Amino acid sequence: MDYAATGSQALARIAESGNLDALEALRIEFLGKQGSISGLLKTLGGMSADERQSEGPKIHALREDVSAALAAHKDALESAALEARLASESIDLSLPAPASPRGTIHPVSQVMDELAEIFADLGFAVATGPEIEDGWHNFTALNMPESHPARAMHDTFYFPDRNESGEEMLLRTHTSPVQIRTMLEQGAPLRIIAPGRVYRSDSDATHTPMFHQIEGLVIDKGIHLGHLKWTLETMLGAFFERDDIVLRLRPSYFPFTEPSVEVDTGYSFEGGRRVVGGSGDAPGHSWMELLGSGMVNRHVLAAGGLDPDEWQGFAFGVGVDRLAMLKYGMNDLRAFFDGDVRWLAHYGFSPLDVPTLSGGVGAGA
Amino acid sequence: MKFPLSWLKQYLDTSASVEELAAKLNAIGLEVEGIENPAEKLAGFRIAKVLTADKHPQADKLQVLTVDAGADINDGQPLQVVCGAPNARAGLVGVLGLPGAMVPANGMVLKVAAVRGVESNGMMCSTRELELGEDHARDLGGIIELPEDAPIGSPFADYHGADPVFDVAITPNRPDCMGVRGIARDLAAAGMGTMVPIDVTSIPGSFPCPVEIRTEDPDGCPAFYGRVIRGVKNGPSPVWMQARLKAAGQRPISALVDITNAVMLAHGRPAHVYDLAKLAGAVVARRAKNGESVVVLNGKTYELDGEMTVIADEAQVHDIAGIMGGEHSGCSLDTTDVLLEVAYFDPERIAETGRKLSLTSDARSRFERGVDPGFLDSGIDFITAMIIGVCGGEASEVIRAGSPPSQPKTVAYEPALAASLGGVAVAEVEQKRILAALGFAVGADWTVTVPTWRPDVDGAADIVEEVVRIHGLDNITSVPLPRANGVARPTATPSQKLERRLRRAAAARGNHEAVTWSFLPVPDADAFADGNGGVWTLSNPISEDMKAMRPSLLPGLLAAAKRNLDRGAAGVRLFEIGRRYLRGENGMSDERLSLAVVLAGEKSPRCWASGKAQQFDAFDAKAEVLALLAEAGAPVDNLQVMGEAGSQFHPGQSATLRLGPKNVLARFGMLHPAVLKQFDIDVPVASVELFLDAIPGRKGAASFARAQFAPPALQAVTRDFAFLVPVDLPAGDLVRAVRNGDKGNVVAARLFDDFRGQGVPEGQKSLAVEVTLQPGEKSYTDEEIGAISDRIIAALHKAGAKMRYTLVAESASFKLTGGEADLSVTPKD
Repeated sequence: MDYAATGSQALARIAESGNLDALEALRIEFLGKQGSISGLLKTLGGMSADERQSEGPKIHALREDVSAALAAHKDALESAALEARLASESIDLSLPAPASPRGTIHPVSQVMDELAEIFADLGFAVATGPEIEDGWHNFTALNMPESHPARAMHDTFYFPDRNESGEEMLLRTHTSPVQIRTMLEQGAPLRIIAPGRVYRSDSDATHTPMFHQIEGLVIDKGIHLGHLKWTLETMLGAFFERDDIVLRLRPSYFPFTEPSVEVDTGYSFEGGRRVVGGSGDAPGHSWMELLGSGMVNRHVLAAGGLDPDEWQGFAFGVGVDRLAMLKYGMNDLRAFFDGDVRWLAHYGFSPLDVPTLSGGVGAGA
Repeated sequence: MKFPLSWLKQYLDTSASVEELAAKLNAIGLEVEGIENPAEKLAGFRIAKVLTADKHPQADKLQVLTVDAGADINDGQPLQVVCGAPNARAGLVGVLGLPGAMVPANGMVLKVAAVRGVESNGMMCSTRELELGEDHARDLGGIIELPEDAPIGSPFADYHGADPVFDVAITPNRPDCMGVRGIARDLAAAGMGTMVPIDVTSIPGSFPCPVEIRTEDPDGCPAFYGRVIRGVKNGPSPVWMQARLKAAGQRPISALVDITNAVMLAHGRPAHVYDLAKLAGAVVARRAKNGESVVVLNGKTYELDGEMTVIADEAQVHDIAGIMGGEHSGCSLDTTDVLLEVAYFDPERIAETGRKLSLTSDARSRFERGVDPGFLDSGIDFITAMIIGVCGGEASEVIRAGSPPSQPKTVAYEPALAASLGGVAVAEVEQKRILAALGFAVGADWTVTVPTWRPDVDGAADIVEEVVRIHGLDNITSVPLPRANGVARPTATPSQKLERRLRRAAAARGNHEAVTWSFLPVPDADAFADGNGGVWTLSNPISEDMKAMRPSLLPGLLAAAKRNLDRGAAGVRLFEIGRRYLRGENGMSDERLSLAVVLAGEKSPRCWASGKAQQFDAFDAKAEVLALLAEAGAPVDNLQVMGEAGSQFHPGQSATLRLGPKNVLARFGMLHPAVLKQFDIDVPVASVELFLDAIPGRKGAASFARAQFAPPALQAVTRDFAFLVPVDLPAGDLVRAVRNGDKGNVVAARLFDDFRGQGVPEGQKSLAVEVTLQPGEKSYTDEEIGAISDRIIAALHKAGAKMRYTLVAESASFKLTGGEADLSVTPKD
């Protein structure tokens, strides 16, 4: 028997088969139970040992060749079919993907979180108090009795109501009443910041009737103006992430502190924007008023239930919106409160910009 | 407080420059808000004399002048100048601007130019051009006319007395610095020169005071000193005084008035002169009677009340004490006899009266800070001397009604406090020097006697401030706060952590955080005020739009959404975390932290893949509220979806989420079309309001370790059930019933289909639920699954549901369980 001719015939037919069904038919024809090559294998049983010795390997080789050719052609047909399918499935990936909306954190919240992070490292807890206050907490306890001229200068919003003690109800004009509340609740020693909304009946290009302040208060023994200066330098250095913050302290007057100190910081203009850093007396630099502060007045300590002969401390108050504007470059305070999504998308922060000390409290542009 | 350098130098002998003085003023707490140096403005303008004036050959209204501008100009030869002023004429002495000079009024730089063909080498100037005021008599297009003896060729700035003017902000605690002399004292103490003593000669009266003077209000007016000066001649005050007053921002009026103003600005001591002819009978400091009124010098009438101190005679009120004098008895040019009043008024009453009347004045700003009670006797003599010096006349004896509180205060001080409170060690001898220079007397035991002009000083801390501010705050060295050992401890409270977490969760879900005003227009607040005791409005709002405290965060966000929609935004997602302000008990405030989300307009724009734009719906609000509540740690699975979201919401598309029947954690849904109409919004708006104060806090001590992870050993089995229920049965009730049908085996039940229509009877709906059953020790047998199904169905039966079929998810074969089965309805999945 010419196995070679049988083989090449079979291989040729396999190579010609154009689809998987035809190929399966050939497999059955050659290798199925009744298949021609299967039939040849059965002839081995009727052969002598010598014949089997010589014919067996040939038949087996024929079967293996055909079997391999079937498998190879099946692979080829399958991958051709897959390619054809994939080609038909191609899509235009330059089409837009479904949009997922991107939300933002308001700069005021972000900056408050940044400050909370910095002050936590310095051991300051965050304290809060009501925004609708009574005259005692907002003024009297802060050494501004009813007739105090400074009280009139606060541009206060009043309500028609009075509380049980007959105190007039008002919108707090500063975060300082939280000093009193915290001293009364927690006693001393104390390190707190108190961020929040404050209100003044004042509205122009740089003032809004509502804005945000952060109050700082340290009460302990032996606290003096040097500690205040260090704390402000350290806080501002960490907030602006600069090593060259220079502060200028000027005597001033606040009823709730004595001595009272106004704090200026040096800055320069870079690209039309104020950049905090350097001495205000250095070439190209100026001073800008940044915050008010001082040593807590003994009347205030007493109003907070502390013995002014035992405890002393400092307090400061700084505008959060102002700090945000200086750090992140906004120039219009009114836009902070408009809810314009274009502004929020532009100046707002990713929710993943969580201020951390290791990553830096600031979020890069 | 404005004053020219020359005035300061009357009280301070100094060689310091303007810049040095300004820097020192800032350093010692007298903040310089501005320095105006007229000499700089007037550079290039000099005194010149018109020699000839001829008609311009080409123009009727112009003249060609020759001008003598001094020997150093044009080799002493006259300059040719073209001038359009009608008063330009030969012989006039005026002010010439030379080429290169900048005209202060318009910034124009002068240059040699031809005017209608005639060369002009400068400009003869008007007061307006030099910004010297509008009140000049010849300012109708005319040029300045100076006296003939004005020095030709010298800088006009020198002649004009161009004196740098300081504008200094005085803090409310420093009445002494409301006068130039007080500022000089501070500067002298800070090493900027020496004080020049003032000369106060006692002026004895030559006749008894003919007017009776009394104070009947010893609280409001503890001291009222007065005397008559008769035979005065009132007229314009001397030129030097007018110049000073103008530099200080005051309008010269007449000698008598100008003198009191000048003394007020120099010594911080207001006084008042009455025209004696206009007074009738005794002059008395008393409380006003309710309903009494007075016309004062600003021309306005003020209604007075019994809390206000006034000066009155027998006929009428002549002065709102310490604030403003009355028009009727004010001095005029005809005044010949005057009553001079030098009084001490109670600062608190002055402040209160001024505030009530909304009347500010230079006198008030001094009396309410507290004028020097030790300067009444000297003050009255000082003013008398000036009046007699300028206006002539003869003074009566002084009547002193009452006495000022001039008992000097003493303060126990320790020099070590400079370091322990002020943060800077100052040598004791230097501390003594500073205090003495400021007028404090220091005893051997450091008992410090406070000068009468410093009512602000009443404790050791005030003395520290004096020492440290004059010594220089620059000398304070930074000292680190003591630091706790180790890593900083966490400081945030649970509420702060909740707020931070929710803020970032809401933003991460695609919403922009807004910060909106705490106050609203009343109608906006009213629309959201139900159940909150009505809106809380301010007594003195800044505008009608900012009048009512917000009872909810939604109206502010709606207004913001409206602005965004108006700017062309198709869809707006805003949220805010903040307080809503409710009226509490007894006038107290009840502020509650809340979070609101507003989803307005398009949720997604039209899209190649999904087709038309999609609007936000109530389920978008539900997705937000549940996600946020889950972040807040609320037991989301146990919340009940109930109604009564409030009248602001669509009654059929809104709900509350409650923990128990009373505790509302949140409300959400579509807003009511009437509310949208009120806010002028014409797209659907889905909203969420979370009441953060209602969310229960975590119980027990915080632990970091989670419960052990124990996944079930055996795979869970799912079965689908479909039920026919009345259309108004909430699906949530059905799901809860399924879940509770066999608590031991059912671990989850998820509703996946709500079908109505063909095959479902009228008034009913088909709800399909995928139930997950979790076997424990061994796998379920068919019988066990059947028993579980029966229990679920039985439970549901009670709830009024009829079983349609169960679907065994794995094999997709239907198992009939009841007569109501209807296989023609294919469940969607």
